[in-house]
Amino acid sequence: MSKDETLGEALRRQGITRRGFLKFCAATASMMALPPSMVPAIAAALEKARRPSVIWLSFQECTGCIESLTRSHSPTVEGLIFDAISLDYQHTLQAAAGSAAEAARETAMEENYGKYILIVDGSIPLANPGYSTIAGISNLAMLEETAKGAAAIVSMGSCAAFGGIPKAKPNPTGAVSVGDIIKDKPIINVPGCPPIPVVITGVLAHFLIFGTIPELDALGRPMAYYGQSIHDRCYRRPFYDKGKFANTFDDEGAKKGWCLYKLGCKGPTTYNACATTKWNDGTSFPIEAGHPCLGCSEPDFWDGGGFYKAISTPTGDVAKAAIYAAGAGAAAGLALGAMNRARRDKAVGEHVKTTIDDLEKGD
Amino acid sequence: MSCLTDTNVLKVEAAASLTHNVQPLLHEIRHALARLLDDGGHTVIDLRSLPLAAEEVEQLLDTLGQGEVYARLHALGPTEIVETRYPGVWVVVHFNNDNEVIGKTIEICDIPDLLRSQQEDIRLGLGQLQSQLA
Amino acid sequence: MSETEFLLWVRGPALQGATIIFLLGVVVRILGILMLGRKHDLAEARGSAVAGGLRTIISRSFAERETLRRTAFTEVTGWIFHIGLFVTLLFFAPHILLFEEVLGISWPALPTTVIDATTIVTIIALLAVLVHRIGNRVMRFLSRFQDYLVWLLTILPMLTGYIAFHRVGLSPPMLIAIHILSVELLMVVFPFTKLMHAFTLFMSRYYNGAIAGYKGVNS
Repeated sequence: MSKDETLGEALRRQGITRRGFLKFCAATASMMALPPSMVPAIAAALEKARRPSVIWLSFQECTGCIESLTRSHSPTVEGLIFDAISLDYQHTLQAAAGSAAEAARETAMEENYGKYILIVDGSIPLANPGYSTIAGISNLAMLEETAKGAAAIVSMGSCAAFGGIPKAKPNPTGAVSVGDIIKDKPIINVPGCPPIPVVITGVLAHFLIFGTIPELDALGRPMAYYGQSIHDRCYRRPFYDKGKFANTFDDEGAKKGWCLYKLGCKGPTTYNACATTKWNDGTSFPIEAGHPCLGCSEPDFWDGGGFYKAISTPTGDVAKAAIYAAGAGAAAGLALGAMNRARRDKAVGEHVKTTIDDLEKGD
Repeated sequence: MSCLTDTNVLKVEAAASLTHNVQPLLHEIRHALARLLDDGGHTVIDLRSLPLAAEEVEQLLDTLGQGEVYARLHALGPTEIVETRYPGVWVVVHFNNDNEVIGKTIEICDIPDLLRSQQEDIRLGLGQLQSQLA
Repeated sequence: MSETEFLLWVRGPALQGATIIFLLGVVVRILGILMLGRKHDLAEARGSAVAGGLRTIISRSFAERETLRRTAFTEVTGWIFHIGLFVTLLFFAPHILLFEEVLGISWPALPTTVIDATTIVTIIALLAVLVHRIGNRVMRFLSRFQDYLVWLLTILPMLTGYIAFHRVGLSPPMLIAIHILSVELLMVVFPFTKLMHAFTLFMSRYYNGAIAGYKGVNS
């Protein structure tokens, strides 16, 4: 596969006709939520786009993000995007292994220095580099070395973006996110546990078509997919507004598809595309399947106070605190009251006069 | 016990969250048709970008109905193109090789671009025919 | 401390601490009042003290005509923001969940659109009350630091709650944390201020009504 081939040439070489290419552009525009009027511009851009070199590093991860991505059946748009890029290194997917694989990575880095895209999934352990190594190189060292020549970094999944499950209490490996280590390169966070496949490929398609980084929010996530909260796009929102909630997983409310706020849904504080784009090519998403949103695209969602505790409830035992306080108050009140009575009786006995100062004491 | 044989399956009724976007959409199509007659301008509406409940999409497609043309393309998976009962209003549905929908649009034009033979492909075909006859 | 950790702290130890201070303070003050007791009336009873007391608790909620003519503004805005406070506190679904968690009982909620509108009306009433307090010469003369403090502590939960619900400005976890924190602040300061009227009003109204009822007069 020639690196100098444009995307248009690459597709043609695969036997895809111009008509097929136009269909591909239309589907890409739809996937990226771009207006159909942009299709000619997309076609022109993709025609001329050089296939970017992509290096994918997998650190402390469960491989769920790659599973999510490869679950999108080819040759859909997702599959073609992957043919459009030149995935020079990904140790789960590639055929080479060991030193041959590392050689491939180093070659790609050298040949495309300053221009390759670095995708990272998994968190990086800082407590002891030995917790996660590839070919004897610690994740930290590999990340720092590979990031130097990258044009941009995509933190794929909540582990790379925010630390994810390894970072959850007590964080035995000292796991941190990519953004905690690399400070001098543009980083796009694509969180989710895992992220929706079309979000992953949408970000890559954006690079291909526009050659730039998409607009990001305060947490570095692409606004196109993370700009709305689940709560604001949830089809069960009318039930929340009317005060109709499911109390348990199998009561009447649950069967009628009522709001899952009481069961701990984190929809109001979670930003992702699940409620509109959905999963499995638009089949469904957790709330539609009857399970409250976990908030998996937000930082520290594993330690967020419990998946099944509603956001407005206390995390400590307030009832117990209240009872103890009332008890202590009663004891203190009785004691102070008795003291006050004694003082008053004494004052009455000594015929103490009340003056204006006594009356203004409370002011 | 396998959940496939478990008769105590929870049935959830889908919330009817109608968007009432069908009428406005039909008006938009009407305007686009007028524009097509006026100055020949094409309009494409991406159905997947609009908030529409499943039954509303059905309702819309039923209203538009089917006219004289039905075409099936095979490029990167099948695509179905139907001219509705309103000439000039076409419904284009793209599928991939696993028959999953990857695009759904309404095109208001005299013929959708994808139905035309593309210059490049014609050139390639001419080359192939010439080699065949040589 | 990350935003999530902050929100967890606010929902956890901070809330427990605030509850302790609130209840401790309220119980100590109420018991203090009760234990001081009332002076025993040596005259012969000419009516029922209890009946008078209970009646007055209700009747004092409404000013009598002469007074009302001069204080209509205070009375009307007062009613509006008090009702607004209780409606938003007790009938907003996420709040009911909080009470259910702590008290074990729950009740039906009002639609969120109703609560939203009520919040706006309450905030306007509270602002009007402040304007009146500052603008009216007599009110200004009588007002102390505590009056303004208590006003601020009351309007903050309404404002922060409204902003948290509509999620503008900061991230949602931060907005919710600030809202809960504003309520905790109110709880902690409550027993040391005039806010105690929430509990003492029953005692003082009863006291006045009982004295009059014992003497057999209307109160």
